[in-house]
Amino acid sequence: MTTPIMHHDSNEETTMKKSISLLLLVVLTVTGCQSTIPKDALVMTSESLATRQLQTRKYATTQEGDILSAVAGVLQDMGFNLSESESGLGVIVASKKRSAVDAGQQAAAVFAALLGVVTYTDKEQIMRASVVTRPYGEENRYTSVRVTFQRVVWNTAGQISRSEALEDPEIYQGFFDKLSKSIFLEAQNI
Amino acid sequence: MNKITRTLLCTTLALGTAGCATTQERLLDSDVSQVQIRSIQTRAFDTTDRETTLRTVIATLQDLSFVIDKADAVLGSVSATKLDNYSLRMTVTLRPRGESQLLVRANGQYNIKPVTEPEPYQQFFTSLEKAMFLTAHQVD
Repeated sequence: MTTPIMHHDSNEETTMKKSISLLLLVVLTVTGCQSTIPKDALVMTSESLATRQLQTRKYATTQEGDILSAVAGVLQDMGFNLSESESGLGVIVASKKRSAVDAGQQAAAVFAALLGVVTYTDKEQIMRASVVTRPYGEENRYTSVRVTFQRVVWNTAGQISRSEALEDPEIYQGFFDKLSKSIFLEAQNI
Repeated sequence: MNKITRTLLCTTLALGTAGCATTQERLLDSDVSQVQIRSIQTRAFDTTDRETTLRTVIATLQDLSFVIDKADAVLGSVSATKLDNYSLRMTVTLRPRGESQLLVRANGQYNIKPVTEPEPYQQFFTSLEKAMFLTAHQVD
């Protein structure tokens, strides 16, 4: 008779241990204490060079100030407001707030609502642009311009639904097309 | 000990280890010594050219997918943020060391926590010394 009872006891203990481990795991996850910086966050990767090329253009001028002023102009063309600048280092930072409503997401949310499920959809976003100019090449005869974009998106519940760098090649192509036009217009005093 | 008592004890213990710090502790972040954190975050470079160093720091941060937030040539500081479904904010400052060197110090914040491990800083300075064409000397 004793054996089955002991067996029952150890079984209960195993279940207890399991539930305790689970509890610990949940608590640690919720408090977020195990979150550390990803291993590769500060490591240069093979993609770094390709990204740099995508985000950089070189202009045959020594006038870094003129390029910076054209950059400020193109950012205004794009509806950005300047938030920081340090012309001594060729840095201009700008941001804008825009809608992040996505037709596909809306449709999915309506469908989910029909099934009685409440989902949150993207509502608005802050987009940031940071442009850095730099004298470049032999006797600094060129000025390089590198632009980087990122955004943070909030959903209808006011939570951050995504925060990311924007790396679509078309974005950069579009920016530099506008910048070339801006440089031309300002050189012509238009 | 019954099941409920054990569970309660366990939760308390877990919360304790997870560290519910006071506002003062969170503000001062004194759990690491000032000397130790400086040693982890600082390297010396054999140059006195502040502008080139700052511009190289900016370029390195951009190579590491950071977006520059602000820069100050007079103070010698740069702040930048990397977003990749996490937020990593770095500030880099310069100050002279003797007649021939510059001290470069970086500090990071990963989401809502300070970066206090040596490895990420080591990785950052490895990238920076390549871009500077100079060796990053450990400072004691």
